[in-house]
Amino acid sequence: MKTLSKVYMGLVLMFLYVPIFVLIVFSFNETKSRSVFSGFTLDWYAKLFRNEVIISSLMNTIIIAVIASIAATLLGTLAAIGINSMRKVPKAIVMNITNMPIVNPEIVTGVSLMLLFVFFAARMNLEFGFVTLVIAHITFDVPYVILNVMPKFRQMDPNLFEAAQDLGCSPFTALRKVILPEIMPGVVSGFLMSFTFSLDDFVISYFTSGSTSQTLPITIYSMTRRKISPEINALSTLIFVVVVIVLVVKHIIETKQEQRNRANGGDEE
Amino acid sequence: MKNHIFRPLCAVICAALLTGCSGAAGTGSGTAENAETSETEESEAQTLTVSDMDYYTRFKGQNLSINVYNWGEYISTGTDAGTLNVNAEFTKLTGIKVNYTNYATNEELYAKLKGGGTYYDVIIPSDYMISKMIKEDMLEPLNFDNIPNFSYIMPTFVDPAYDPDNAYSVPYTWGTVGLIYNTTMIDIPKEDIDWDILWNEDYADQILMFDNPRDAFAISEIMMGYSINTEDPVELTAAANKLKEQKAVVQAYVMDEIFDKMAANDAWIAPYYAGDALTILEDNEDLDFVVPKSGTNLFVDAMCIPKGSRQKEAAEMYINFMCEPDIAYSNIDYICYSTPHSGAYEMLDEETRNNPVSYPGNDYLDENTTIFVNLSDEANLQMQTLWTEMKSAENETPNRWIVPVFLLICLGLMIFVLIRRHIRNKKDIY
Amino acid sequence: MKKLKAFAAPYLVWMAVFIVVPLLMVAYFAFTDEEGHFTLDYIANVGQYTNIFVRSIWLAIIATVICLVLAYPVSFILSRMKKHHQGTMLMIVMLPMWMNFLLRTYAWMTLLGNNGIINNLLGMIGIGPLKLINTEGAVVLGMVYNYLPFMILPLYSVMVKIDKSLIEAASDLGCNPVSTLFRVVVPLSVPGIMSGVTMVFVPAISTFIISRMLGGGSNLLIGDLIEMQFLGNAYNPHLGAGISLVLMVIILLIMTIMNQFNPDDQVLI
Repeated sequence: MKTLSKVYMGLVLMFLYVPIFVLIVFSFNETKSRSVFSGFTLDWYAKLFRNEVIISSLMNTIIIAVIASIAATLLGTLAAIGINSMRKVPKAIVMNITNMPIVNPEIVTGVSLMLLFVFFAARMNLEFGFVTLVIAHITFDVPYVILNVMPKFRQMDPNLFEAAQDLGCSPFTALRKVILPEIMPGVVSGFLMSFTFSLDDFVISYFTSGSTSQTLPITIYSMTRRKISPEINALSTLIFVVVVIVLVVKHIIETKQEQRNRANGGDEE
Repeated sequence: MKNHIFRPLCAVICAALLTGCSGAAGTGSGTAENAETSETEESEAQTLTVSDMDYYTRFKGQNLSINVYNWGEYISTGTDAGTLNVNAEFTKLTGIKVNYTNYATNEELYAKLKGGGTYYDVIIPSDYMISKMIKEDMLEPLNFDNIPNFSYIMPTFVDPAYDPDNAYSVPYTWGTVGLIYNTTMIDIPKEDIDWDILWNEDYADQILMFDNPRDAFAISEIMMGYSINTEDPVELTAAANKLKEQKAVVQAYVMDEIFDKMAANDAWIAPYYAGDALTILEDNEDLDFVVPKSGTNLFVDAMCIPKGSRQKEAAEMYINFMCEPDIAYSNIDYICYSTPHSGAYEMLDEETRNNPVSYPGNDYLDENTTIFVNLSDEANLQMQTLWTEMKSAENETPNRWIVPVFLLICLGLMIFVLIRRHIRNKKDIY
Repeated sequence: MKKLKAFAAPYLVWMAVFIVVPLLMVAYFAFTDEEGHFTLDYIANVGQYTNIFVRSIWLAIIATVICLVLAYPVSFILSRMKKHHQGTMLMIVMLPMWMNFLLRTYAWMTLLGNNGIINNLLGMIGIGPLKLINTEGAVVLGMVYNYLPFMILPLYSVMVKIDKSLIEAASDLGCNPVSTLFRVVVPLSVPGIMSGVTMVFVPAISTFIISRMLGGGSNLLIGDLIEMQFLGNAYNPHLGAGISLVLMVIILLIMTIMNQFNPDDQVLI
């Protein structure tokens, strides 16, 4: 049984990783061939860094992801605090609408936002591009923040907030000193989640981008449609390396913290 | 026959490679490298000279920016060694920032403009799309006083069918559509190859086809002897039926992907644009390109300014800049399409100029090629409907009531589940 | 906590403008023509594309079932691992998901091509070349590859909560491993199965990249059809909105049915 499960896990991991390793290997290929490896080169990396379209769309992607995820975290955290104190029926209605962008296919969200922006553009001075991208990203990010924060309220003692006020805290201080620390883990994971979703989003950006800015996934899309150059493999490799480093560092920090907790708290498990 | 095309190309590549490294370094840092290579003709293109400095510098310091919307890989970017980075040069010269984005089809460009909310200053649509946009009042008439370099455009390309008074467009590139095929797999002699090879069952699953109604219909219309600009419903239906027959042997419907798939030997034969085809031949020497004898479509891509442009004069400056001989040469060298620009044509080496694929001569063009013009709305709609029908057709067409019935069943099931749950909840109470 | 309700106000405005209004606009476009008059033509025209709907639903169902079958053992093995191995292993399984989705699909283009790596390897042992790319099978493979992690994660998070002693008790009481699986583990993991199935099914039914990159343009899916109406060859936002609306209704209905199996439904939809 043990070996069987090990073999199975191995096969699944192979399925997941082989395509990525193929991409990486061919980023060092001398020729443009995608199936025959003919020699080692780093040229594609050099070309990648000289490619202004890629570099500028990468910058756009990062800027948009940072702005959108920060805005979404603020908006979403406030919303979660507010929604939590609503009565049952309005709460259910709001939560259901909040779920819409998650439940709905991305393409429908993208199309619906595109129609809205077209409507605004005809009447106001709205231009497709940076602003529409940021709005679209905030819109699909906020639900993830709310869904990450809401469960933290359920784990919290509902009387804590009132107790703090009874003990002389103003509502604002009570919020800052009592509620915020309790929900902080949810806020952080909501922020990280929306940041990664923003970085990676293609479908919604595809429908809401415009004349002034274009994100990296859209550039990649236009690259995969035309003369595919190993630059794209080089780009994949770099993205993969960055992701691995970030995740490994995160993992190490978490494991250390867990060990410390275990050492401090004794037998929590 | 094959070498005929291939040899001049080799010469071009070699020249590019030889001068490439020094050229790239020259734009980057110093004059030392430039001096060394100043004899070669490439370095002339590296140090940009323009006709009228005052014209270009008049917007300097105003912090203007223009939005340029172009096909992917359709401008010299300077990433390949030996070419100028056109947009960067323009910004350096004029102080105007260029926001550069790409589209993949004429229809995508049309949709983005038609949808509204986008402000482009320069676009480069193809012939039939230009006439459609003129008809729908989507283009600004150009002020040719601001585009003195228009005088470089060859007379053949002035006052074209799609823009009869030449009020809206400045030609950028042109070319013909032909067939690109793998000589090791296809043993029909080159002169016998015609469009019907795309229907040949011997090559089933090795054929790529255009994923674009206008181009695909043109091929079947030529085969059936119709005009590629036909608006006759009967002829369109017949052409669509011909395409439906072809579906069984087609491996994939693609556009730009043809480039990559043919280069990687993933398919044996595909229709493609002459300019791009020449670039693929560089990558894969088993490939060859032929323009079928029964005629083809001549396409022209031209620069226009769409309605709603906010920087019309700067846009005209950009168009004029694109018509500077050095820039036009740099672009055509990168794209490999044919140029309507006499200055750039003069700068090409003799072998390219005499290449019958790129420059078949005016007589040939008049006799064997037709240019697309816009079709009537009805014809466009019919073509569109026939196309989607053809692409989505399966051997048997399922009943159109399947989806509504499916939805009703889902609804019924849902109500059933809800009622059952309601009853169960009631029971729980007792 | 009632005073905190006001915190939700900014989000409520945002939600109304960027979630509710856009969806209403999709409905509005679906039922009007270019002059803004009410019409049912576009909705009726959707019937023309029945075969595309049938194909999309069918391929999405196949992909979902394959994902479930592949992911179930993975999640189970993961959840039974030693606690400190679980985190590391989970990270390794989820890591490919952090690569850009387009790049992952592009990797399969490289592998499946007629002259791609798989066919080259098969050629060495004398098989092939097989027609792999540009088939419905390739589209399903792309869906499975891209959405598999969406199935593993919810299944894992449910299974990790199943108490080990429950399984031991079952076998002590005379259950063989198979009946333990079907009578104890599976019933307890139903919520995970449900959320996994929806997380795979919804993106699978509405994708347009995977079918375009791996399906060769002759396997149109609903997503392709919608994209064609807004940014593609057939510019017709009204018909596109009609198709989006039908797609949305199909998905909402399916979700409602799925949710009936879910014991703790916070989500009404």
